[in-house]
Amino acid sequence: MNTIRQFSTFIRGSVALVLHGGAAYRAWLGFLAVLIASGVLAYANQVRHGLILTAMRDQVSWGFYIGNFTFLVGVAAAAVVLVIPAYVYNWKPIREIVIYGELLAISAITMCLLFVLVDIGRPDRFWHLLPPFGRLNFPRSILAWDVLVLNLYFVTNLAVATHILYRAFHGRKYSKRLVVPLVLISIPMAVGIHTVTAFLYNGLAARPYWNSSILAPQFLASAFCSGPAILLIVLQVLRRFTRFEIRNEAIWKIAELMAYAMFLNLFLHGAEAFKEYYSDTEHLLYTRYWYSGIGAHTTLVPFAWAAVALNVLAFVLFISPAARRNCITLNIGCLATYAGVYIEKGMGLIIPGLTPDALGEIYEYTPTLTELRVAAGVFAVGFLVFTLMLKVAVPITLGEFTASSGKSQARAPGPECVSAGTP
Amino acid sequence: MDGSKGPGLSRRRFASCATAAAAGWIMTACGPRQLREMPRARIRKALKQLDREYSTRYGKNVTVSGAPALPGVQFAYALDLSRCIGCRRCVYACVEENNQSRDPQLQWIRVLSMEKEKGIDFAHADAYYNPAQVPEPGRFYVPVACQHCRNAPCTKVCPAGATWTEPDGIVVIDYDWCIGCRYCMAACPYGARHFNWTEPSIPKNDVNPRMHVLGNRPRPAGVVEKCTFCIQRTRAGRYPACVEVCPVGARKFGNLLDKDSEIRYIIDNKRVLVLKEELNTLPRFFYFYAT
Repeated sequence: MNTIRQFSTFIRGSVALVLHGGAAYRAWLGFLAVLIASGVLAYANQVRHGLILTAMRDQVSWGFYIGNFTFLVGVAAAAVVLVIPAYVYNWKPIREIVIYGELLAISAITMCLLFVLVDIGRPDRFWHLLPPFGRLNFPRSILAWDVLVLNLYFVTNLAVATHILYRAFHGRKYSKRLVVPLVLISIPMAVGIHTVTAFLYNGLAARPYWNSSILAPQFLASAFCSGPAILLIVLQVLRRFTRFEIRNEAIWKIAELMAYAMFLNLFLHGAEAFKEYYSDTEHLLYTRYWYSGIGAHTTLVPFAWAAVALNVLAFVLFISPAARRNCITLNIGCLATYAGVYIEKGMGLIIPGLTPDALGEIYEYTPTLTELRVAAGVFAVGFLVFTLMLKVAVPITLGEFTASSGKSQARAPGPECVSAGTP
Repeated sequence: MDGSKGPGLSRRRFASCATAAAAGWIMTACGPRQLREMPRARIRKALKQLDREYSTRYGKNVTVSGAPALPGVQFAYALDLSRCIGCRRCVYACVEENNQSRDPQLQWIRVLSMEKEKGIDFAHADAYYNPAQVPEPGRFYVPVACQHCRNAPCTKVCPAGATWTEPDGIVVIDYDWCIGCRYCMAACPYGARHFNWTEPSIPKNDVNPRMHVLGNRPRPAGVVEKCTFCIQRTRAGRYPACVEVCPVGARKFGNLLDKDSEIRYIIDNKRVLVLKEELNTLPRFFYFYAT
């Protein structure tokens, strides 16, 4: 009974926290609510009339939804980029913010699962994948693998984050025996969700643009850029508006790591482009469609070069110590990374992979308003989840929100104390 | 909560037993099941129900067959590229036979017009050729539908196991199990799989009432469909509709295991080729030049 009472205090406290906030907080939630409502309406329409309301057709059978899904699997890497230096190298300034990386991973995976859900033709049959009633074609289908690893990664991050926050709420240290193994497991798992998602495309011999072994490493490299990019901005916002403190060194170190990841990303793209253009086989067609267009079909070309320019800009800004220590250039770099990777890993991966189609037909895909509205709605759900989790997590880690409500306990969670003593 | 003092059957124990019993009942007898795992008796019941459902919907006497693969049969197809004139009669015969949606139009066969100078070259193929008369000088035609690969990439990737190869070699889809993720479409190197982007529509008069549960029965919105070698005809000893309609006799179909069959003669005596051989899909659909 004591546990239930403790838990209900936590829930009631959290709900109260989430419901109260300043004007900016309420405006932000209102904005997200509008986007979600618009997305729900658009999706309801899509369910009624079918996916014909999207621009996808037999030629380009995946589009904006699956592009966003792929990008967001990358964002979910944010946690791991922080976990490695924090736990493996025991670097304290970053260890304090690992929890935010995990919350971001939870939100990103939520969006991933929603993007898959809005893309499938029969969402009412989703249970067909769930044994014992359904049948998951495991291990033959890589999509079955993806369903498994994404959900496992989701559950692991949720467990770690909830445990740390719940313990801190009751003024107790987290259990090192539980958290450290889970956190260490989440490193190969984060690599795993990217690799499996890359293999999803990589394994299809029918699509030469994807059927390249460089795809999985390139996925990892770009993921290690996009996840931290959004996290750096979030951390600065938190530092600005709450008592939350984060050392500059932590931010600069993350930016430096992003520079290396971006270099690797650009290098792998270059290697792939060299192979395609120099060998000049019939498979060059897809790369050409992305970078220069085929005949009059040039819809994607501006996006391709924008992505290249943004990625190069981000690399230059993050590799020079002066630029990454300057608040303005640091944030420009973050936005450039985010936009660049979003283009190249979303539309830039899916659309040229399917254009021209298997029989050589060129169908130029551009998302419809329905797709944009549904996608905006999914992003809004993700941001809402992230916002609400932060609203609870930040006061807990600051010791402002504890079981002995109101009284500020200046005991932030830390790994120093191993035992799980009762307060 | 001491067991000896409480009632013989605790509430918790009863609840778990009841749940297990219910789950077992659903999974074995009446619960939703994938077609290929259904017991024969249940399939027969399901087919009867489909007969009634379609008969009411289309106002005619519809029969849905569940005919299984015959032993000793391995189907294969061969198409004579030197004869095909690109008239597209096969495309429309297929639409009518297999109850494909008329609005929006959905077609299982795609005829590609190619330049004789370039040979089989998909990058320069034209599926929308529309001259006053076929064949056009300097061009030849390659009709493409499902190749019924022996090493099918589409069945491998399906996360729900909703598509598989039957013992007679036909690659089929369970329209009631497909979740519409379209991974198989991305995996197919021949553009053979088509998606119902909206509710398909067929005028009542045009519905072909002789159906097969894995073949030409009307499909719902949101699922994938494709050529089934006219499973409703070929398992009943008939030729596929495209073979019958072809005005130049370019299309050949039969049982590879039958030594006297036309298809066997072609494989044994003609120079045959398959599309995208380098992908090792091992199609059952062969192309050849008879002249």
